Amino acid sequence: MAKVLLKDLNKKYDEIHAVKNVNLEIRDREFVVLVGPSGCGKTTTLRMVAGLEEISSGEISIDGRVVNDLAPMDRDIAMVFQNYALYPHMSVYDNMAFGLRMRKFDKPEIERRVRRSAEILGIHALLERKPRQLSGGQRQRVALGRAIVRNPRVFLFDEPLSNLDAALRVQMRVELKRLHNRLETTAIYVTHDQVEAMTLGDRVVVMKDGVVQQEGEPLELYGRPVNRFVASFIGSPAMNFVEVAIIPADGGLWADAAGLRIKIPSKKQEAVQRYAGRRVVLGVRPEALRVASGADPAEYAFDTAVEVVEPLGNEILLDVRAGAHAMVARVDPATRVRVHEKVRLAFDPERLHFFDPGSEAAI
Amino acid sequence: MIEGAKWKKWLWFYLPMGMFILALLFPFYWMLVTTVRPDSELYRPWNHPLYSPFWTSHPTLEHVKNLLYETLFGVWMWNTMFIALAATLISLFCGVIAGYALARLKFRYAGLLGTAIFITYLVPQTLLFIPLADIIRDYRIGDTPWALILTYPTFLIPFCTWLMMGYFKTIPKELEECARIDGATRWQAMLYIVFPIAVPGILSAGIFAFTLSWNEFIYALVFLSSPEQKTVPVGVVSELIRGDVFFWGPLMAGALIGSVPVAIVYSFFVEYYVTGMTGSVKG
Repeated sequence: MAKVLLKDLNKKYDEIHAVKNVNLEIRDREFVVLVGPSGCGKTTTLRMVAGLEEISSGEISIDGRVVNDLAPMDRDIAMVFQNYALYPHMSVYDNMAFGLRMRKFDKPEIERRVRRSAEILGIHALLERKPRQLSGGQRQRVALGRAIVRNPRVFLFDEPLSNLDAALRVQMRVELKRLHNRLETTAIYVTHDQVEAMTLGDRVVVMKDGVVQQEGEPLELYGRPVNRFVASFIGSPAMNFVEVAIIPADGGLWADAAGLRIKIPSKKQEAVQRYAGRRVVLGVRPEALRVASGADPAEYAFDTAVEVVEPLGNEILLDVRAGAHAMVARVDPATRVRVHEKVRLAFDPERLHFFDPGSEAAI
Repeated sequence: MIEGAKWKKWLWFYLPMGMFILALLFPFYWMLVTTVRPDSELYRPWNHPLYSPFWTSHPTLEHVKNLLYETLFGVWMWNTMFIALAATLISLFCGVIAGYALARLKFRYAGLLGTAIFITYLVPQTLLFIPLADIIRDYRIGDTPWALILTYPTFLIPFCTWLMMGYFKTIPKELEECARIDGATRWQAMLYIVFPIAVPGILSAGIFAFTLSWNEFIYALVFLSSPEQKTVPVGVVSELIRGDVFFWGPLMAGALIGSVPVAIVYSFFVEYYVTGMTGSVKG
């Protein structure tokens, strides 16, 4: 149980500035996910917390104690690596007991803790095996077991699920969440998979090019992204973006692009006002588009041609084209649409996003 | 494997394989036959009616006896064993430590140093023995085992370092990182995690170093002079070839017995040796 604080954290390699002024507060018992594309500095940040990477400048503290100059072993953390890093020459039992032996626990206590952790993870039948005799999922569990057996103050996860196949990944994701609910240990989790980030994190931190773009609860990131990058990174299929011109007309503001003309909702008018006569990027999530019915006001509807229909069972994804713009709409599975058909779609005016085309910040 | 008719398999697989094995094993067979052949047969001219170069009808251990009792062969064996083991241990120790440092520690010029070490391995012994002879004379260790124990590492350490460096690089560094988070110091992580995993690599470096020292000829020939200090390769050649007279029987007996320890070492560790050459842990 611990609070982790990152203050003005920087990491510079010879030419690369990998992590730039990261400030984060991870609260006690919280599960925080760092997410971003590869090379965004998330793993480097995690490794600095672990003590595997030197800190160029800034400060990391765990429970109020600055750990910058502490060796990894003295930080009371446990880390799960992407490739599991199981000691190949040791049995599962020895793998799990290694950390306890290094810390001079006595034998009965080691035995008790290993058995208990193995019980929690359902690997008690595997204790005598060597890592190479285990399947991917089993190895993953052993790696987790090795982490929980020491009862550390903080868990660090470095893309622990990315070596598993899709089905197993979903299953382990749920188990991880359950494990966290049970143990309530502060956890920092790094992944490039936004679904993992959204499902696991109490809070999600989106990073890009070494800079924290936004941090917040998953739904907050989804509903109110602060910039175009976060908007496009979170959510699958990704948000649709259309570059539009803002035109004042009929006493209101209109977003205009080839094949598309919609009214700016009154709530957004004030913010968009200063872009009048200029271009902005309109963002709309696939589920904020629906097949228009007679009840939909004309100022939020537009005509498209359906290019691809992806029936997923619980929903249908329509890849449509309005003028020059390709968009994806997530529509009701009962919708009957065929390829090349014309279909009229309507925006949900409450869920329109606008981004500055230069800074890409949300308007 | 070769697909298709049986004769194809014979032609392209068994036949070349057989020829290869024959060429490989023939010298050993020749060594064995010459060892047990009596002198009367050995020096029989080719046009003698009972001339049989590939076979002997009167096997004898006379040459072996001669070798063991008339020469200092036992002493040479002991010398060679002692020198080879000592040189191997020194080189292995340095090579493992240096290889680890070059593979794992980040320091300036690590890459350059690695290359430099490799280049020293490329300098031929036939050049190096001249300056080394000077050094050996200065330190007054000529004609002692130390002349070889301390000079063999000049080519063994680069070799072991290079081999171990390559091997350590195949071990994922996360294993060590994990150990260090688990509470091990760098030394403990090396001792408990890296070295046990590197055993195949360490063994193959050791076997190689041992074989190279065991068979080494030039340094042994130059740095040792008295018969009771010599190693097997030099002793056999210098004491059993007198002028232009070759004592073929004892010579071959010496070669045969001299190659036994190396053969034993290889057959014991062959599996480790193969994994050592082909990489280490997966997963």
